[in-house]
Amino acid sequence: MSTETLEKPIKKESEALFSKRRQRIVSDPLNEDNPITVQVLGICSALAVTVKMEPTLIMSIAVVFVIVFSNLIISLIRNLVPTRIRIIVQLAVIATLVTLVSEVLKAYNYEMYKVLGAFVGLIITNCIVMGRLEAYAMGNKPYDSILDGLGSGFGYAWIILAVAFFRELFGSGSVFDFKVFEAIGWTNFPTNGLMVDSIGAFIVLGLIIWVQRAKTGYVEN
Amino acid sequence: MRQSNGYIILFTAIMTIIVGGLLSVTSQVLGPAQKKSIELDTKSQILGAVMNLEKGDDILGIYDQRIKSLVVDINGEEISTNAKGGAMVAEEVNILKNFKKSTEEREYPVFMYMNASDSNQVDSYILPLYGNGLWDKIWGFVAMDKNGEKIMGVSFDHKGETPGLGARIRDKQIQERYKGKSIYNEGGELVSVYMIKGEKGEPLDPNHVDGLSGATLTAKGVNEMLKSYLTSYEAYFKKVNSGSAQASL
Repeated sequence: MSTETLEKPIKKESEALFSKRRQRIVSDPLNEDNPITVQVLGICSALAVTVKMEPTLIMSIAVVFVIVFSNLIISLIRNLVPTRIRIIVQLAVIATLVTLVSEVLKAYNYEMYKVLGAFVGLIITNCIVMGRLEAYAMGNKPYDSILDGLGSGFGYAWIILAVAFFRELFGSGSVFDFKVFEAIGWTNFPTNGLMVDSIGAFIVLGLIIWVQRAKTGYVEN
Repeated sequence: MRQSNGYIILFTAIMTIIVGGLLSVTSQVLGPAQKKSIELDTKSQILGAVMNLEKGDDILGIYDQRIKSLVVDINGEEISTNAKGGAMVAEEVNILKNFKKSTEEREYPVFMYMNASDSNQVDSYILPLYGNGLWDKIWGFVAMDKNGEKIMGVSFDHKGETPGLGARIRDKQIQERYKGKSIYNEGGELVSVYMIKGEKGEPLDPNHVDGLSGATLTAKGVNEMLKSYLTSYEAYFKKVNSGSAQASL
């Protein structure tokens, strides 16, 4: 006992709040390790909700919220979760958070609840969320997990917002329901029916992936 | 220890209690706000059939001021008591539940849009609609003129029609097409207003409106819904026109 008190515990140098390593946790999924364009996860919702910007934005916020908080919660309880039922526990956490989002939306933004309806519920099956819990939060500390969630969440968000921007612009001639082409005097802008269809999302997403891979030089092996 | 069956069962039980508790609390706390937004949504849909609502309009205020309502049966007789014996309130009639009954058994709410200056004079009768679209339910309201012959406006909504195709029934531009259309043909027969197949952009006779390109089946659902409900309300309008229903106001 006495020897222990004499010996000063070696204080581990705490890592800076935004160290290089942590910055990479957030920035990697934005580009080089993007959940949609590189890992090709969460495609279904990327196709379904991106007809217009506004629902896409709400969807992005919902996904970022769910991903960050489920990462945090799972990371906090990671040492308590029995390994054999870990997937069930992860699902329960995600499903609870998604239901919360859906209920709040129903109470305070009924308009968007009607538009997004089923898709908010489908965040539960969004592979990005489960993927991050299983691959990251189960083995890392809470703070790092939050950063990881933010990175993946925003990585997902910016891609679907970009897809929605082009789809709404060419499909409906507007951005956030603001008629862009009418505003600049081009009243008979021919809107493209393909863009409001899911096929339009595939095409736009494909183009984004092409541009991105041309820049980063990423090759699938 | 962490892997023992006992621990797993305990862990699951605690997790279930926490999650269940959290969700029921949320549902309780948000319940009133949800009810309010659903009410607001229904009332703005009813009013949306006769007027263009702007963002920020006092929908509940306008509704209280301009709308009087009653409930009728298939024969056009007013129903004044509900199943529980209380007073019948048109706003509380569940259109979906009634849609599942046969047309003879349904309760039919009528929302009367009163004149702004003379609150005893009806400007328009707004009737609820319910039907099947291509993928899921569709519903809406149709505003009839005071003789129940011409459409003054419609508002449609849907649950799961294809965005950009069938979902366009929600667009104001599509709904405008119904304005001024007649539900009776020249022979005085109730034919409703039909949305044609394809989108031609040409003027059509008073019983037809331009269709939705690529959404023929949704349009078919809309047509069936309109026809069925307008037929059910015909008896009521006959009474209105002969003056007997007017007296009971």
